[in-house]
Amino acid sequence: MAPAVRFRAAVALLGRFPALAGVDLDVDPGEVVLVQGANGAGKTSLLRACAGLLPVAQGEAHVLGHDLRTGRGRRDVRRHIGLLGHAGFLYDDLTVEDNVRFAVKAAGLPDPHAATGRALERLGLHTRLRTVAVGRLSTGQRRRTALAVVLAKAPELWLLDEPHAGLDAESRDTVDAIVKDAAAAGAAVVLASHEIDRATALAHRTLVMAGGHVHEQDRVHVA
Amino acid sequence: MWRDAALMAGKDLRIEARSRVATNQIAPFGVLVLVLFAFALDPDRGVLQRAAPGLFWVAVLFASLLAVQRSFAVESADSARDGLRLSGLDPAGIFLGKAGAVALQLLALELLLGVFVVLLYDADVHRAVIVMATAAAATVGLAAAGVVYGMLAAGLRVRETLLPLLLLPVVAPVLLAATRATEAALDITPVSDAWPWVRLLSVFAVIYTTFGVLAFETLLEEA
Repeated sequence: MAPAVRFRAAVALLGRFPALAGVDLDVDPGEVVLVQGANGAGKTSLLRACAGLLPVAQGEAHVLGHDLRTGRGRRDVRRHIGLLGHAGFLYDDLTVEDNVRFAVKAAGLPDPHAATGRALERLGLHTRLRTVAVGRLSTGQRRRTALAVVLAKAPELWLLDEPHAGLDAESRDTVDAIVKDAAAAGAAVVLASHEIDRATALAHRTLVMAGGHVHEQDRVHVA
Repeated sequence: MWRDAALMAGKDLRIEARSRVATNQIAPFGVLVLVLFAFALDPDRGVLQRAAPGLFWVAVLFASLLAVQRSFAVESADSARDGLRLSGLDPAGIFLGKAGAVALQLLALELLLGVFVVLLYDADVHRAVIVMATAAAATVGLAAAGVVYGMLAAGLRVRETLLPLLLLPVVAPVLLAATRATEAALDITPVSDAWPWVRLLSVFAVIYTTFGVLAFETLLEEA
């Protein structure tokens, strides 16, 4: 089985600063990989590089069989990737439902109405919240909307940057369940989190990053 | 590409319908420019009448700057531009959709400002066909060039002040040609003078639309 993510000595630059300084990484379909590290270690850069948003300048970078060193590869792979970043990529003037439906239609999925409805229901956004403009939501509700966008796209690779941040206990449990279901369905998940205990319980493997390098890799047994 | 363009234009127009920035800020700004010109030139109605085409297109030009800035401001908030890059939408479709949405707003604005020009400046439209052809070609050119340069400036911190500096010199031919063609429509100059200017506007529109379709992927990635 081909890995969903395969990086070899991957270098990515932010200006002249190497955000990734020779990263080796394999993530298999169905695997949940936790990325840990101090602030500025390169976790977010790694996720953005996997999404093709941060160009890989040197080394090898393949995601879902697409070569991220080429513009064509980056463009083609994005449709199959769900990224939950620090920002939610949401439009404040559109409603929760409009935001999710736009993403689903853009991804070209069949039956966008049903996919949108399922995602909103899973995140508890199917109530009157679905008709509220995103600009009027609380931080936690925005975060759930951003996750609903990722969930509705049903990506083959999930890239989650601090997915538990700003959420209440119930929503955190929902996030955990969604991640487990995605992995069970065969999707690869790369997760960056400072919530060590919760994230470790989800992950099959943990990477520790420092200074743009993968510092160590440990296998974690999921209970 | 056309499906993506329709999706993008629908999203932008829905945002404008909800936020009402176009109706509550951009349109009143255009009207205000016309009223201020009327105040400045009121003592001599002959001058105002003769200058009406130029003043009309200057007002449209200033308002189009606001429309383009608004079109990209919604993509800057919450890193929505990264969301667009991840969406899987065809960049050419994104360009055509954004330009189409801006063009539709400008056409509505031109209709409104046209009414005010007739009322405030005593302008008398003799050749409606020329006015419509001029408005159509100039609007497409303004929208296409505006979206190209709006995207070019979108990733910069100084985008709000840089965009007018980039765009105004580029669209100077539109101002000149649209003014001359409208003068002919108002019988200020011979009718035969109009069509060469309309052809120039059409060439400008075709050049910038073609350039936008071909170059927008690079602009989107580099912004």
